[in-house]
Parts: sequence; structure tokens; C-alpha cells
Amino acid sequence: MAILVYIEHADGAVKKTSLEAVSYAKALTEKTGEGDVIAIALGSISADALAEAGTAGASSVKHVADENLNAGVIQAHADAVAQVAKSLDAKTLVLAKSSLGDAVAARLAIKLDAALVSNVTELPDLSDGYRVKRSIYTGKAFAVTAVEKENKILAVKKNAIDLATDGAPATVETVDLSLDDALFAAKITATDKAEGDILLPEADIVVSGGRGLKGPENWHMIEDLAKSLGAATGCSKPVSDIGWRPHHEHVGQTGVKVAPTLYVAVGISGAIQHLAGVNSSKYIVVINKDPEAPFFKAADYGIVGDAFDVLPKLKQALEAAK
Amino acid sequence: MELKEQTGGSVTVLHVGEADADPTLRKALAIGADDAIRVNAFPKDSLFVAEQIAAIAKQNNYDLILMGRESIDFNGGMVHGMVGELLGLPSISPVMKLDIEGSTAKMAREIEGGKEQLEAQLPLVLGCQEPIAEWKIPNMRGIMSARTKPLQVVEPSSDTVASSVLQYELPPAKGAVKLIDADQVEELVRLLKNEAKVL
Repeated sequence: MAILVYIEHADGAVKKTSLEAVSYAKALTEKTGEGDVIAIALGSISADALAEAGTAGASSVKHVADENLNAGVIQAHADAVAQVAKSLDAKTLVLAKSSLGDAVAARLAIKLDAALVSNVTELPDLSDGYRVKRSIYTGKAFAVTAVEKENKILAVKKNAIDLATDGAPATVETVDLSLDDALFAAKITATDKAEGDILLPEADIVVSGGRGLKGPENWHMIEDLAKSLGAATGCSKPVSDIGWRPHHEHVGQTGVKVAPTLYVAVGISGAIQHLAGVNSSKYIVVINKDPEAPFFKAADYGIVGDAFDVLPKLKQALEAAK
Repeated sequence: MELKEQTGGSVTVLHVGEADADPTLRKALAIGADDAIRVNAFPKDSLFVAEQIAAIAKQNNYDLILMGRESIDFNGGMVHGMVGELLGLPSISPVMKLDIEGSTAKMAREIEGGKEQLEAQLPLVLGCQEPIAEWKIPNMRGIMSARTKPLQVVEPSSDTVASSVLQYELPPAKGAVKLIDADQVEELVRLLKNEAKVL
């Protein structure tokens, strides 16, 4: 018996959200007594990088190194994880909520006859059955959900648990699986991905800009501030709709949903669709020249002022405080 | 409707829910769908909904099953994957661009930090996201013809659920915003450092 954790990796390292899922599983097994936490990683990545899952709480990592799994082919990922889950007789699978994770988990729920709960924000309450709290309405409310199957899949939201860093490196074992060609029926023909940038859903600090920036030529101001903060950059929907920034940077209901510890919004009024993407942030700073901007109501700290005036000063103050 | 204009064929709209959704199904018919099916049941959880969709799909051999990437309330984003697995078909999400050439679907999907192009043979299950198509508004002729198009109400084929919601909670109320003078940005840095402790 064990809890299995499906971990994702990017740029040669395990994603931080996946490490959080490992820490969640570790805390979970301390409650449920389900034995070791075993992680599964798919595709090319070094054993040293995978051993890092140990610091977060995994005792071992099963590595299916098949390079056909490098791309996020949903069916193949689900099949590989299901094979390993069955071989370990794992009743609980934990993963980080992500676009790939959701898709893989949904297929696994059917394959493993498991109850899938997504957007989990806390450890389950075991005092009366198995109750899991999850975030709904993009962070505007929670639903306490009773899980009614023996097998469970929990997709954990970012910041649901503190990341543990005190574990010993995990042992990494390479696993060879036979994966049917039909699992690769959906072919990825091209990938256009910015490398080395901090990924928006992973970032601890996010700086976003809106139409208040007046044009794409002023975006360096957002990038400069992000650099001083070690932050990822995002934008509002109008900004991506008019083509100032690529759509994958759009934060909001129909774009990326972020849950950083600090979200800085510059020149964004705070439409409800934008707030839906950011209201899981721990702290929100709003910089806007309109004192009536609705975003101020959702903010912890605010500056009423023009971005062109405030941003350079803020950058200077940040550098001075380092 | 854009695909129908390009390739022919017919479009069925399917909903799992109660009768209050019928006006929305009529609107879909007014926009141009050929027929509608409603599985008459409260959508208890995503597994329940996925099983209903898969059961209808098994009877009808659709080339393409399209749905949104996630519901606006529970944001699970799992029904398309479950339906794909139940039918043994590839499932892809979130699809933002879709072209059909013969029996091949060419798609673009958003991934973290970028974009990906994909190809797969029909039949497929896709979770879709803006800007997959232009919004269409029904015209008067569509509204008139929708009244006589078939809207079939069927009972659920199974009653399995994997989870049930016991109660809803609201997050703790947010305190008032602390406003900092635009000429004293150092104060913001100090608060972020010492009060919020995020720097």
C-alpha cells in the first residue's frame, strides 16, 4: 500500500506545485496510515532532479523515462500512471491541479474506478467519513465534499499546504512500461513555449499589467518590476485581446488562474472576470490612477497613482530595500 | 455551427440537467443546431454527467463531442476526460482553435507558458475554450424554426456518483485596503516586507 503522486516537471526540474502535492500526500498518509509516498514521473528528466521529491516527502520515485512521454499526451500519461498505481495497489493518487493534471486525472478516475476531487484546499476531515474541502466558483467559495469511493484522486490547489523541505533525497527507480501505440493517437505537431521564464501558475509573485500601460511598447515597465521582485508577468484580457501580449499570459476566468503569495496589478480596473483568476492570491497590491477602480475592494494594499509615475519609484524602492 | 457550414453534417446539443435549461436548449436550436437532447436529472457530480454523455454518445456515433473546458461553478475540468475514457477516445483540452480536414482534426491548445499544435483522427472528445469560435446570436428565422425542432427528454441511464457536496462555505471577508500615498512607495515595500512578509 502507498499513496502515489503524479509529478510534472519543466526545464529539467520537478515543478514546485508537484512538490507541494508530494508534501500534501506525506501529511495525508500520516493521517490515514496508507504507507509510503511514492511519486511517478514521466518522460526525460535526470535522476538527481527527481530525487528532489524526497525533500518534499516522497520515499521513492518511479521514473518512466520513455521519451514519447515528454509531451503531455493525455491518454498515454493516464495509462502509465494507472499501470503503476495498480502495481503498487495504491488507493489514493495525489497530483497538483494543472491543465495537464486535470486532463490526466479525469481519465484515471475512470481507469481506477476512483472518486476525483479537484481544487482541494486542505487535508481531508476523517472524523465522519472522508470529507474534502475544495475551492469552487474560481475561489469565491468552498464546497465540503463527501468522497464516496474507496479509490480516491485528489487534485491539490497551489498553496493548499506548506511545502516540506526536510526529507532525505528519494530513491529513483526506472520503470519500463509497455504503452500501446493507440495511446499516442493525438499527435503534438508543434510546441511554441517560452523557456526559462517563471511559469505563471507556478509563480510565487506575479506582476500583471492592464490597459493602463497604454501600449505594448511600455511593457518593459511591467517586466522591470517583475525582475526586481523575481516575479512572473501576466496581463488582463483586453491586453491579450488587442494583441499587446500573448494569450497564455492572460490572467482571469477564461485564462490562467494564479494563486501566488503576492499579486501586483498595474493599470487593471479589476473586472469580475479578472478577479476570478486572482482571488486565491494571498496578498494583492493594486496600482491604479482611478480611485474608484473596483480592484481596490479586492486588494490588501493600494496606490492611487499613475503607473508611469509609480512603477519607476517602486522599482527603485525595491532595489534599495534589497 | 462554423464546422457545420464548412463540412456539412448535423449538430446535436446535449444537456444533463433539469427542465429550467430548456430555454437555453431552444436558443442553441435557434442558433442552428439540428436537434437537442436533455438527460432529465440534476447533475450530481462530474462522473454522473460524464456517464450520461457517454451513454448518449454510444447510441449515436458522433464524429466530434465538444464541450467547455470546465464548468463555471465547480471548475473541475474533468468531464471531457472522463467521457473520452468511457468511450475509448482521445480527449484534448483546452482547445482554442479547431479545423477539420477530412477525418483529421487540427487543433491548437494552450499549455503552461505557451501553445501547442495537435492533430488527431476523429472521433474525438474536446474541451474547448475561447476563442474557439465567434459568438453567434440567433436571428428571427432561427428563433421561429427552433420551436419545431426536436428536443428529446430522456431519463438518466445510470445513477453512479463518486462524491456529493455536503455544504458550501464562503472565504473569510477581506479586510479594507490599505492605501499608500503615491509619493511614499517605500512604505509599500516596508509593509510587504514586514507586515505581509512576502518579500
